[in-house]
Amino acid sequence: MTTTLIWILVVLVAVGLYLSWTAGRLDRLHARIDAARAALDAQLLRRASVAQELATAGVLDPAASIVLYEAAHAARQAEEELREVAESELSQALRAVFAEPQLVDALREAPGGEAAAHELAEAVRRVPMARRFHNDAVGAARRLREHRKVRWFRLAGHAPFPLAFEMDDESPAALVERAA
Amino acid sequence: MRIGIVCPYSWDVPGGVQFHIRDLAEYFIRLGHEVSVLAPADDDTPLPPYVVSAGRAVPVPYNGSVARLNFGFLSAARVRRWLHEGAFDVIHIHEPTSPSLGLLTCWAAQGPIVATFHTSNPRSRAMIAAYSILQAALEKISARIAVSEYARRTLVEHLGGDAVVIPNGVDVGFFAGAEPRPEWQGDTIGFIGRIDESRKGLPVLMRALPAILAARPQTRLLVAGRGDEEEAVERLSKELRTRVEFLGMISDEDKARLLRSVDLYVAPNTGGESFGIILVEAMSAGAPVLASDLDAFAQVLDQGSAGELFPNEDADALAEAAVRLLADPERRTALRDRGSAHVRRFDWSTVGADILSVYETVTAGAAAVATDDRATGLRARFGLARD
Repeated sequence: MTTTLIWILVVLVAVGLYLSWTAGRLDRLHARIDAARAALDAQLLRRASVAQELATAGVLDPAASIVLYEAAHAARQAEEELREVAESELSQALRAVFAEPQLVDALREAPGGEAAAHELAEAVRRVPMARRFHNDAVGAARRLREHRKVRWFRLAGHAPFPLAFEMDDESPAALVERAA
Repeated sequence: MRIGIVCPYSWDVPGGVQFHIRDLAEYFIRLGHEVSVLAPADDDTPLPPYVVSAGRAVPVPYNGSVARLNFGFLSAARVRRWLHEGAFDVIHIHEPTSPSLGLLTCWAAQGPIVATFHTSNPRSRAMIAAYSILQAALEKISARIAVSEYARRTLVEHLGGDAVVIPNGVDVGFFAGAEPRPEWQGDTIGFIGRIDESRKGLPVLMRALPAILAARPQTRLLVAGRGDEEEAVERLSKELRTRVEFLGMISDEDKARLLRSVDLYVAPNTGGESFGIILVEAMSAGAPVLASDLDAFAQVLDQGSAGELFPNEDADALAEAAVRLLADPERRTALRDRGSAHVRRFDWSTVGADILSVYETVTAGAAAVATDDRATGLRARFGLARD
């Protein structure tokens, strides 16, 4: 009788430890998502700011300036649920404006243009990176949360189900093509 | 930035991953970053100042061959001490799925962790089982880098999630500036790689050689690499053997000079390649490249526009393409020019900057790397851990 009790106790403790370890894993994943999301926000904001700066600097023609300004402004002001669309539109606007290599060259020749072009290229290159890292973390958390042990024991607590950030982040080829 | 790099393979054994890490570390040091590399090494091996030894690696049968790996309490303790003393802003683990230092570090650390996946293994049952065990450790990696689109695909299939593709780097200037050697010039074909490792493809080239020499008898084949030279040429006739020169193991300088000298570089590898750094080196040195159409090679050669491809293991196609290229100096010049422009994206200045932007993306706003006390097990959980 007592041996059975002891065994039941041992199994309960083992299960408890395993669940606590899984909860720790999940907690770490949620923290990773938060960090990745903050990094993604920072890169998106940086991209929109540089685009807006370029649009108002007077180095581009007026039509291109307006297109770029509009898109950058919309991306910065977008509500959370419309953010993905607005950021995708900024990507499209950047691709449209910097479609011609000549325009990029002209931008580089303008005073301060070299630095601005470099800054924009850096931002445009890092957005897909940050997004990929974010979605990678989201995917890992989702796979773990869909597991039975997590659902049955509600190990995720009240943390919202993580969502991937989906957007068009294709960069303008003429801008990121370096040294070539 | 304080950067910690973990090398899973013995520092004293030359290999692609080790060279990659050495060049990466030296690139960052030149930029003024503080770099420490943790690598397995014998205690009496002379190490560069930035390398910390994690102890001797133990030879164990793993993945079909004998691998030299680090595991156990001693290695784990060294990893923890290195993490503790280094106080890194970011750690960069190479090959985190091999059961060695990379995995131990993943287990012991928390904070911004970047990992590079070099291999692209075919999907296997053992791998899938292993990955599900590894998952908990791999979940800590905040940014994954794959060395090619092909390696990324393998990674996505096996592990889920995603990775950014950053190719391996090459010091393009070193190869482009090498002095050609006259005795290696004039209708020469180059091959660099282990002679006795059949996946490097020398047997395919040997089968193609009679046809090449029949069309162009003045051609010479220069072979650089370790292995049994007698065995490699045993299928060739006496006269043909005189057209093959074995150079044995050569230094980096001679490798660059060889690539600068030859009229055609042939890479007949039959499989198991995830990147193909030698193709980039050959293109940097301005050698026209003819390679088998492995996924990884096709990608490095821009689907055949920066170098020619032939169907894998097809000796006749190899011979036909080699004869055509050797007889067509204009096509070779075009390939040279195209190749030299194409390799700029593989230069350390580009690759290093990309890796640094990955570091900056994951460290922005994050705390520095620390040892993960949760992972040490029950002691920590019950508050009994020593500080």
